[in-house]
Amino acid sequence: MAIKTRQGSESQILSVGAYRPKRLVPNSDIVDKIDSNDEWIQQRTGIATRRFADETESLLDMACWAAEDALKKAKLTIEDIDTVIVATITFPFQAPSAATALLQRLGNPKAAAFDINAACAGFCYGVSMAHDFVKAGTSKKVLVIGAEKLTDFTNPFDRATAFIFADGAGAVIIGESEEAGIGPVEWGSDADNRDAILMNPAWTDARNYAEQKTVEGIVWPNISQEGQKVFRWAVFSVSKAAKRALDAAGVTVDDLDVFIPHQANLRIIETMAKDMKLPPSVLIADDIKTNGNTSAASIPLAMDALLEKHPEMHGKLALIVGYGAGLVYAGQVVKLPPKP
Amino acid sequence: MALASADVLAGLKEIVEEVAGIPAASIELDKNFTEDLEVDSLSMVEVVVACEERFGVKIPDEKVTDLVTVGDAVNFIVNASN
Repeated sequence: MAIKTRQGSESQILSVGAYRPKRLVPNSDIVDKIDSNDEWIQQRTGIATRRFADETESLLDMACWAAEDALKKAKLTIEDIDTVIVATITFPFQAPSAATALLQRLGNPKAAAFDINAACAGFCYGVSMAHDFVKAGTSKKVLVIGAEKLTDFTNPFDRATAFIFADGAGAVIIGESEEAGIGPVEWGSDADNRDAILMNPAWTDARNYAEQKTVEGIVWPNISQEGQKVFRWAVFSVSKAAKRALDAAGVTVDDLDVFIPHQANLRIIETMAKDMKLPPSVLIADDIKTNGNTSAASIPLAMDALLEKHPEMHGKLALIVGYGAGLVYAGQVVKLPPKP
Repeated sequence: MALASADVLAGLKEIVEEVAGIPAASIELDKNFTEDLEVDSLSMVEVVVACEERFGVKIPDEKVTDLVTVGDAVNFIVNASN
């Protein structure tokens, strides 16, 4: 006997929500620890300020507040959500997941819920999965959250990373639609270069070294990265994947309204745009300048900021692309959510 | 067949001018990328990738730091094309 299966529909982003920590940190607040200066940081990364969460803003707090913002804008409640995906690499509990903690706190402890680890590509991985769940009839309304408290896992004395990483959370709700609002994902990895961005040491090593913990020589999982290697990969490999995502969706650069890449570094963003030959008519998200690199949270945060500044872009065509530790990448064409 | 040094230098000048906005006339073999031409590490990556595409050679990440002067880059590309 044949097994019965479900059939879903196309999907779209119904809303985007955000939470940015209260504390805005200018370069002048961090340069002393890394023997650097404001001009050098802005020239290499485009970052002028970033936001650091304090003890009253946990990763879970930020994820919940971003989710509530997205629910409110979509005129939905948590009861309407049947699936939650949290993309994060900084939830400080190995298990259970941040997604289940969020459901319990928001008052719907029944939905399917799990976390994913695709680092700075996590949000786009989540969007792809949410789209597939809706299309397969597995889910009807999926809450996808990118949430990071990277300051818990960044060494403030590391000259390669201390000025880059920041905190925040962004969320989207993905639901059914008649017309396609999310294009095919173009994703993959370059796992041979997985050492280019690392969170080291392992928890088990950290336990063994716990008694040696000092402020400067922190023995605690911290992010490190080889900037030039990541730059080369992001600019010249990921931009090709982004172009393939456009092709897969049948969209040309001239059809595109907005480009929202992961906010890793303004130089990467600008060089990607140049390599992809995006016309000047395409609006390019530059949230990195004021909010730093928030890994899985950066794309929804940048989307929210862009729509706040350019409300006329609601419902327009955007290319989103995430890339990060793994090395992994994912990108797709989406219609930006309608005006709330 | 190996590329000619003069051709590589001419191509490299165009690339550095395009990437870093430095006039081709000021790009000479003995110029240091960082100190004389102020090409920073990320722009250097762009220069390297553009050279790979233009001259059909591979310049691995670990070799990039050895390319201190314009002459180093020209020699590397000429040898790699051989």
